[in-house]
Amino acid sequence: MAKYTPPNQSKALQWLDIIFVVVAIFAALWLPLQAGWAGVSRAIVKIENPTWEALGQTPAQVEQWVKLGFADAAAAHDIIQNKFDYTIDWVQLIIMTIVIVGYFLFLFKASDKEYREVIDEKFNGRK
Amino acid sequence: MSSTLTEKSTVQKVSLLRILGPAHVWALGVGIVLVGEYTGWNFAADKGGTLAALIICWVIGLLYTSVAMIDSEVTSTVAAAGGQYAQAKHIVGPLMAFNVALYLVFAYTMLEVSNAILIADTVKAYAGEGFGDWHYRGVIAGVIVVLAALNYRGVLMSLNVNFVITAVAFIAIIVLFFSVQPWSQGTVLRLGEMVTPDNALPYGWIGVIAGFHWGIWYYLGIEGTTQAAEEVRSPARSLPYGTMAGMITLLIGASITWYVCASLMPWQYLGYTYYPLLDAGKLTGSKALESMMFIATILAALASANGCINDAARAWFSLGRDRYLPTWFSAVHPRYRTPYRSIVFLVPIALAFAFIANLGQAITFSILSGVLHYTFMSINIMMFRRKWPLGSIRRGYTHPFHPLPAIVLFVLCVVTFFAIFLGYGAQLTAMVVFYIIMSLWFHFYRYRYVRRGDQFTMPWPKPAGY
Repeated sequence: MAKYTPPNQSKALQWLDIIFVVVAIFAALWLPLQAGWAGVSRAIVKIENPTWEALGQTPAQVEQWVKLGFADAAAAHDIIQNKFDYTIDWVQLIIMTIVIVGYFLFLFKASDKEYREVIDEKFNGRK
Repeated sequence: MSSTLTEKSTVQKVSLLRILGPAHVWALGVGIVLVGEYTGWNFAADKGGTLAALIICWVIGLLYTSVAMIDSEVTSTVAAAGGQYAQAKHIVGPLMAFNVALYLVFAYTMLEVSNAILIADTVKAYAGEGFGDWHYRGVIAGVIVVLAALNYRGVLMSLNVNFVITAVAFIAIIVLFFSVQPWSQGTVLRLGEMVTPDNALPYGWIGVIAGFHWGIWYYLGIEGTTQAAEEVRSPARSLPYGTMAGMITLLIGASITWYVCASLMPWQYLGYTYYPLLDAGKLTGSKALESMMFIATILAALASANGCINDAARAWFSLGRDRYLPTWFSAVHPRYRTPYRSIVFLVPIALAFAFIANLGQAITFSILSGVLHYTFMSINIMMFRRKWPLGSIRRGYTHPFHPLPAIVLFVLCVVTFFAIFLGYGAQLTAMVVFYIIMSLWFHFYRYRYVRRGDQFTMPWPKPAGY
């Protein structure tokens, strides 16, 4: 295989590439925050006039809560009663699976194509 | 004209210094990770209960032992800056390498951000009412900028600093452990009263799986030891030794941390707090222990941020050096021999996210890239062994039980993807879409600037099957 000589990249295009990468990084990290995707499904299950017993805390646990600065059950209520909802959204799971599997398939297939060029040029037909 | 040529060749010859030993490799790996025991791992208790956090600690420990074994073999053979990036370039191909470098930069930069936020939160918790928003932001900015300056100044100094502060932070965990008389339950520790049959697994086994998401945080970053491959004096010896010693340190530290914290606080609080070890110090009633854990929390976060800046910059530098990104990033400082432009370039990105994200979000970004990275590693080692079977090239270290560690790693990565889906599925999908866009950009546009044969720098025979 003939040695591949890459074209020279002008300074302007180099800057354009840097800008593209930076914008893409910010979009990937910032958009989920803006769209409110970066969070879990959970809710506070309210108990009116909570007591330590109603919150399921043993005397030893209550002692530790107090040492940590939670004077009464009402102060710890929102922490104790903040429950996760692990109901599976099957549509979202299928979409996520397709995206991840598709991504890795493309990655390995396209990488292999590029790798063959690298090996051809490096070894130039030699073993 | 001739002086210009001489100048050019001098610039090209400036390379990273081979100056580090196994202790630095340990300091880099453990330094990045140890903060996970000071914060982060405990969110696994939030998702599944205290017992879930222990199960995850050991199962994820298995995942990382696989990572360390696999990594030690490949990196002791492919000793180049960029770590797994250089591995991907030689074993899978340029596009994979580009993606791996992005995983590394994301994982480490977001980890650095998490550490800066943790330090600011910890200081704020103790500073009182006079500590305003600008003080908070000032601490974040100060941490990121000062550590970047330290990294700019030289790798030996920054890793010497890391070695000392990591050792102090680890010793603090050991001192706390012995101070609470772990051999005598009921004196200070009350595990049986904190973890009861009713609350051990409050969500059942689905909670255990969900907790894998945060369990990654026990050890995330140990694979960063490989970033030093081009700067250690003897990669074949230092990298496996430093990485495996680091993994042993972390497994001990994680188990001790769980035992002390689980025995001192109710699981709901354990899953809620940002500083479980600092709170454990507080719950002993000893001001000295509380102060020690306060200082150790900050030191652990500093060590981690310092190591992350080191690793992210080297991954970015490698991308520039191979023309995957503009070559401007590949400059090595003529005096300090550091990838100074890459170090400086990543500072504003870290600062921006430290100001807009909270701790949980920043950690999640880091974890997402980490899991994609580990998935690659499990496939990478299979390809490595297939393309260069044992005996065909000289390996610095050969990991045992192949392909078992690779299979274990792959299965645990799939489980962790599912765990992330249970809380951050949309965010994971969005990030993978980002990697797809970047991959298309690289494959169909940027790759034209890459010299093909130059990508393969190892003195190996042609890979089998090509």
